[in-house]
Amino acid sequence: MSHPDAVASPGPSVAHEVHHEALGFWRRYVFSTDHKVIGIQYAITGLLFLLFGFTLMMLMRWQLAYPGSALPWLGKILGDTRMPGGTMLPEFYNELGAMHGTIMVFLGVVPLAVGGFGNFVVPLQIGAQDMAFPRLNMASYWFFFLGGVTMLASFLVPGGAAQSGWTSYAPLSVIAGTGQTMWLIGMIFLITSSLLGAINFITTIIQLRAKGLTFMRFPFFVWTQFVTAFLLLMAFPPLEAAAVMQLMDRLAGTSFFLPSGLVVSGQVLNHAGGGNPLLWQHLFWFLAHPEVYVLILPAMGIVAEIIANNTRKPLWGYRSMVYSLVFLGFMSFIVWAHHMFMTGMGTAMAAFFQTTTMIISIPSVVILTALIISLWGGSIRFNTPMLFALSFLPMFGIGGLTGLPLGLNVADIPLHDTYYVIAHFHYVVAPGTIFALFAGIYYWYPKATGRKMNETLGIIHWIGSLICMNVVFMPMFLVGLAGVSRRLYDGGAGYAFAQPVLHLNAVSSWGAWIMALFQIPFIFNFFWSIRKGEKTGQNPWQATTLEWAAPSPPPHGNFATAPEAYRGPYEYSVPGAAKDFSPQFEA
Amino acid sequence: MDIPYTVEIRRDTGLTNGKIGIWLFLASEVMLFGALFASYILIRTGAASWPRGDTILNVPLATINTIVLITSSVTMVMAWASLKRGRFGTFRMYMGGTILLGAVFLVIKFFEYSHKFETGLFPSTNNFLAIYFTLTGLHGIHVMGGMAVNAYFWGPGAKQWKTNPEWFTNRVEHSGLFWHFVDLVWIFLFPTLYLL
Repeated sequence: MSHPDAVASPGPSVAHEVHHEALGFWRRYVFSTDHKVIGIQYAITGLLFLLFGFTLMMLMRWQLAYPGSALPWLGKILGDTRMPGGTMLPEFYNELGAMHGTIMVFLGVVPLAVGGFGNFVVPLQIGAQDMAFPRLNMASYWFFFLGGVTMLASFLVPGGAAQSGWTSYAPLSVIAGTGQTMWLIGMIFLITSSLLGAINFITTIIQLRAKGLTFMRFPFFVWTQFVTAFLLLMAFPPLEAAAVMQLMDRLAGTSFFLPSGLVVSGQVLNHAGGGNPLLWQHLFWFLAHPEVYVLILPAMGIVAEIIANNTRKPLWGYRSMVYSLVFLGFMSFIVWAHHMFMTGMGTAMAAFFQTTTMIISIPSVVILTALIISLWGGSIRFNTPMLFALSFLPMFGIGGLTGLPLGLNVADIPLHDTYYVIAHFHYVVAPGTIFALFAGIYYWYPKATGRKMNETLGIIHWIGSLICMNVVFMPMFLVGLAGVSRRLYDGGAGYAFAQPVLHLNAVSSWGAWIMALFQIPFIFNFFWSIRKGEKTGQNPWQATTLEWAAPSPPPHGNFATAPEAYRGPYEYSVPGAAKDFSPQFEA
Repeated sequence: MDIPYTVEIRRDTGLTNGKIGIWLFLASEVMLFGALFASYILIRTGAASWPRGDTILNVPLATINTIVLITSSVTMVMAWASLKRGRFGTFRMYMGGTILLGAVFLVIKFFEYSHKFETGLFPSTNNFLAIYFTLTGLHGIHVMGGMAVNAYFWGPGAKQWKTNPEWFTNRVEHSGLFWHFVDLVWIFLFPTLYLL
């Protein structure tokens, strides 16, 4: 795993260099127990997986925009088993779809948001030297890495990677090829990694807080990671149980998810039967709904930090944001079946789950509203992190509001299997969470490297991504409302009713491909700035939270002297103060 | 660099890091086995017919195993208590006993499993056996995990008693908490699978 040299580049602290001399290359960069190195390992691996998952999607978008046409030269590279003559096979399309979802969620966004930002920022923000269990932290990264390798290797087994969607619904997944077994084993590695990470985060936040840093003085980002860790801790084990049962079904011939008398390709399957395919859905969504909040909460945390910093005023309603967050975390465990209205669960169950779903939207709206009100009357600095953070607000807003009809049983049934759902959750995760992650990268980059990323390239990256994201996803609402199913290999070309909206598929595809071009300035900027970026001191954004009390980059052990928190996290523009920010770490 | 509160207690939380860590881990374990028990209930209530456990499984052997595991929990506590009193020799004895009892449990389990296989009863035979093998298999893996950690503290890990007895005692306590949890899971498994 490559790793930016700049972390080890001569920083302001002499002790830093002396300490690092003691460790060899492998212990320093590869098998490091330093939370910052592990955070950067997670972040870079996560970014690479995001790029890979995006590439899979760009291939799918070719098939959706121009169904059945041969893809020029790339088709030849992928070979006859996937794209004979450059035309994509339906099996390969399904592989791409399943693995795009799996990789984006479990190997891209979560590792970057929780493993990357959580590991790098949380110990610094609470004034700790490191995580509570540094070796466990290293193990967590390597389990994640193994999970990622297993998932990638599954493309190479006969029959290719998993093809049953990122949700792996039974019984389809049980009778699928070897790739699905690899998927399940990969998931068990990823779940193990998450569990170790979650235990570590909770313990670290409770135990290693700096003196004076009470819970209500936590930066909002620490709170979001705290709640996220609980979600990972309690929601992942049921999926682990489900993965074990599906492995049993596939390898030991059990029938946990196979009903009696199942007919496959015209033949009754030879199995004991008596299982329940819906059981898989319940166990899967029991994880995967909290997982939605695992994707979004750290993003909200990042946005809150950046908005407070760049409006130069305290967050509006910090306490109500924290209470909403905790309530949201709790509620996320009892809404899962709103993903399953299509199963015909009956009105009593549907009534329960649509009620809890409507309730859970309230705390999300409270947090989003508090962030918007925080802008009011601020003297806003429009730098790259702030532009990404500001774009998060309307994008997440669109994603959230379009989700409301999906939370109601009656409205959900006609919409659920259409592109409307794709548009809805991508607005939450792509221009929502991923924009927040970009914001976080631009914001904490100076802390990790001692240099700022280039502003001009940043703004090109931002404006291009913002426009393209909307070009990609806005048309999908229309396609979905026209009733086009989201699982069609030809994007709906085979259906008469889909003809009036078919041209929008190409619009989305071109949006995606052009968006890929706008990531080039980011990738260039990311590497170029390690050596050539503008040098910064320990607090380049004039921020108030504890991570800015450490040198940039912080040495192993982080702080020269143990910091102490004297006040709340966002005391900007305090009347009567000499400057417009009063850091937590200044008495 | 020393991580604070590894050995000493943090004043305002009253806990060491390891204590919080092991309880969080056990919370996740509750969710793991909880999901499997919930699946058991769902599959059983949806089944057309379901055998009584004692018509297929060997209740006397399982009763012996229950007694074996409960005894091992007692020796586990005694091992920790010996360290608290500073008696390393008795710790070795009780810890060794705990590991041996774990092994006895697994041997009995092995005979149960092999008898099932000999009589043609496999996980694929029906869903009762499927959930039986999944739950007891997963539990067995937990027993092995607990034994491995205990064996480490009995053998090479015991060196820490000379350098940092307090930390060593805490680690044995955490290992014990896990061992009791594994015992507790069996106490739920036994009636659910064998008796109901």
